[in-house]
Amino acid sequence: MNLTLHVWRQDGPDRAGRFETYHAKDISEHASFLELLDLVNEDLTRSGGEPIAFEHDCREGICGSCGMMINGVPHGPRSMVATCQLHMRSFRDGDDIWIEPWRATAFPVIRDLVVDRSALDRLIQAGGFISVRTGSAPDANAIPIPKDDADQAMDGAQCIGCGACVAACPNASAMLFMSAKVGHLGLLPQGQPERYTRVLDMVARHDAEGFGTCTNHGACQEACPKGISVDFIARLNRDVLAGSWKAATVEAS
Amino acid sequence: MKLDPKIPTGPIEKKWDKHRFDMKLVNPANKRRYEVIVVGTGLAGASAAATMGELGYRVKVFTFHDSPRRAHSIAAQGGINAAKNYQGDGDSIFRLFYDTVKGGDFRSREANVYRLAELSVNIIDQAVAQGVPFAREYGGLLANRSFGGAQVSRTFYARGQTGQQLLLGCYQALERQVAAGTVQMYARHEMLDVVVVDGVARGIITRDLVNGRVESHAAHAVVLATGGYSNVFFLSTNAKGCNVTATWRAAKKGAGFANPCFTQIHPTCIPPAGEYQSKLTLMSESLRNDGRIWVPSMAGDTRPASEIGEDERDYYLERIYPSFGNLSPRDISSRRAKEMVDSGHGVGPLSNGVYLDFKHAIERLGRDVISDRYGNLFEMYEKITGEDPYQVPMRIYPAPHYTMGGLWVDYNLQTTVPGLFAIGEANFSDHGANRLGASALMQGLADGYFVIPLTIGNYLAAVPRQSVDTTHAAFGDAERDVTARNARLLEARGKKTVDAFHIELGRLMWDRCGMERDAEGLRGALDAIPELRERFWSEVCVPGVGETLNQSLEKAGRVADFLEFAEVMCYDALARDESCGAHYRSEHTTPDGEAKRDDEHFAFVSVWEFQGVGESPTLHREPLLFENVQLSTRSYK
Repeated sequence: MNLTLHVWRQDGPDRAGRFETYHAKDISEHASFLELLDLVNEDLTRSGGEPIAFEHDCREGICGSCGMMINGVPHGPRSMVATCQLHMRSFRDGDDIWIEPWRATAFPVIRDLVVDRSALDRLIQAGGFISVRTGSAPDANAIPIPKDDADQAMDGAQCIGCGACVAACPNASAMLFMSAKVGHLGLLPQGQPERYTRVLDMVARHDAEGFGTCTNHGACQEACPKGISVDFIARLNRDVLAGSWKAATVEAS
Repeated sequence: MKLDPKIPTGPIEKKWDKHRFDMKLVNPANKRRYEVIVVGTGLAGASAAATMGELGYRVKVFTFHDSPRRAHSIAAQGGINAAKNYQGDGDSIFRLFYDTVKGGDFRSREANVYRLAELSVNIIDQAVAQGVPFAREYGGLLANRSFGGAQVSRTFYARGQTGQQLLLGCYQALERQVAAGTVQMYARHEMLDVVVVDGVARGIITRDLVNGRVESHAAHAVVLATGGYSNVFFLSTNAKGCNVTATWRAAKKGAGFANPCFTQIHPTCIPPAGEYQSKLTLMSESLRNDGRIWVPSMAGDTRPASEIGEDERDYYLERIYPSFGNLSPRDISSRRAKEMVDSGHGVGPLSNGVYLDFKHAIERLGRDVISDRYGNLFEMYEKITGEDPYQVPMRIYPAPHYTMGGLWVDYNLQTTVPGLFAIGEANFSDHGANRLGASALMQGLADGYFVIPLTIGNYLAAVPRQSVDTTHAAFGDAERDVTARNARLLEARGKKTVDAFHIELGRLMWDRCGMERDAEGLRGALDAIPELRERFWSEVCVPGVGETLNQSLEKAGRVADFLEFAEVMCYDALARDESCGAHYRSEHTTPDGEAKRDDEHFAFVSVWEFQGVGESPTLHREPLLFENVQLSTRSYK
């Protein structure tokens, strides 16, 4: 296949960016999208240019490192895949492809397609955990957990933290990411003691990091490579309400 | 180099208890006066950093990723072993210990393996308490499956994402400590050297990958949790960033490197699709339960599978191993597949795979049953290859997957450099010459949660409490070395890319030091590697500058280290003049063509001491004594 790529190049966080055009020739339809970028970078290196910076690591859709806007869609045209699992057979010979970094206030560009997603780590620091000291745990079978609850918790827990939900959202909200964690932990008996403080602390941090508010577009769910449902957002909202009420009654008494 | 494994005395089931009592403790109020550096945030690194932070040590943790959650532990699919015996099928700590020693073909240290089996049960408790959503039965209790040829069901799993869920458990525990201020996180920092002062590890040198700044960090102890080196082969199932840099640079500073030639090949990966192939993807071994492996009987047959009749197919595993057939062990299945491809029977556009065919299973069980069992794997295969395994047979080929070798450590997980520790895949200790399925996660977490937080206290209790800093000349020297090396890479301005050299090295290692080795090939590799290394330094092209995010420079540094490390791998494979586990020397085979161990001459750990780039390293030996397990030969016919 022959393709024309328009790639966002930006030398640093404080520098202006621009699109640059590259022609990729004789690309196999079996190559992955990241292998296409590898080939472009090999050419750029040999011809004295600077390769395009992009993040990637496991290349099997689980580490969450990769992610870019491909023709305006996070992770490109195929649903339920991360960029590394997208193959060129999803494109046609002669296509123009526009490649950009995630765009969100909370994800500043570091270079080219690489953005700073450390805000997601800080959301976890705000409460995305169960406080348990190493070695103090009871026997693993001491608390039976209904299979449906465990399965639902796993649906949220499988989030890979790529940030596609934020990139897809017109408000650049991280609600799907946050609610997946709140839902995962809140569905399990082990997560109950901190359930309501967790959700309030995480929401406060979410807003402080510059993520937008959720206005129920649902674009996040469409973009999520793991298919995490917006139902988790509804569950989070319920916990916020209950949590705020509990906090208010504690204050009043 | 003195190798004292420091194995506690007494019966094997009492050693760890006894050792825990014998170890010195650091008073809780004094713990905050000690600083510990942890490099790497996979299962071992993250669990170690979180636990030591909880205990009160001041911990600094480093990762080259943008977030600790990206470490490659995340990609482990199958599960984690633990001797819980929840199935009541006769499992026990001793059985897990025995299976691990035997699976490792009697090349691991009994005392370490026993401790691992003991701690396995605590790991599951810990993970469940953290909210790891393991698979459950309808009654709400934990589900198990059998894995990797074990005769009991002791594997815990979370769909096909067990590594991810366990890593997120550690990651959350780690972030909790970051929020509490006990752990300081340095993301996007790559460790480029260990600093040794008066024979003791005192810190590390890092490069900030965003602005290129080279920095010194001092501590009372340094823990390396930097994973394995399968990427020496370029194509492997490891993530692209996995590398040997941290452990190799530690080796260059005096840490012995143990059993580097013990590398595991996984039999069921998707074969490369072209020259541009950047990495290989593993398909779960469970597929072999129902798939039949075959190649065309006629060499060079390029017809599609559907046109090749039953009488023209060679179901070679069923033919050679009538009792185990398609379920023959990893190393055997891998070697036979390579033989088939090498002799011209390979299939697919590049003739580089063998078929794994579900046609008969679908006829026998129906499409629905097969879809229930393997639906997600079939989907994954279809995403990557564009072929539908319900219609055409899958193509598979072996790929490098895990490295049992690593830095030599004693029972306390301390390397030969005092104050320098290695945990997880970065050390050599527990898997011998071959790792069993679902045991890597277990070892990473046992080391990180339960061993290092205690043994490091024993070390720290004996060192002075006064604060350490980076003023010693050794830090300045190491910083200058790192800076000069980066500058040299940037100044080479040759014509060949870093990847081109890495691919060349990978091919050489795969051919000469891959799943089958012989003395002649290894000697050839030992001639070829220095020549390749020389060309690399004069002809490599690393664009850009050192003061910004420069991914080419990062890669170049890692490949430069692989080019040095590859030699010691070949020296080790050559010196180990026997076959054992994953190390298969074609000169040493049984009449059936299987690996032939030589316990009389090779029941030891090989530990290599660095003598300079291009110089032959010195071999030291730690003898292995088997007091609890009888040495035996395996047979799968």
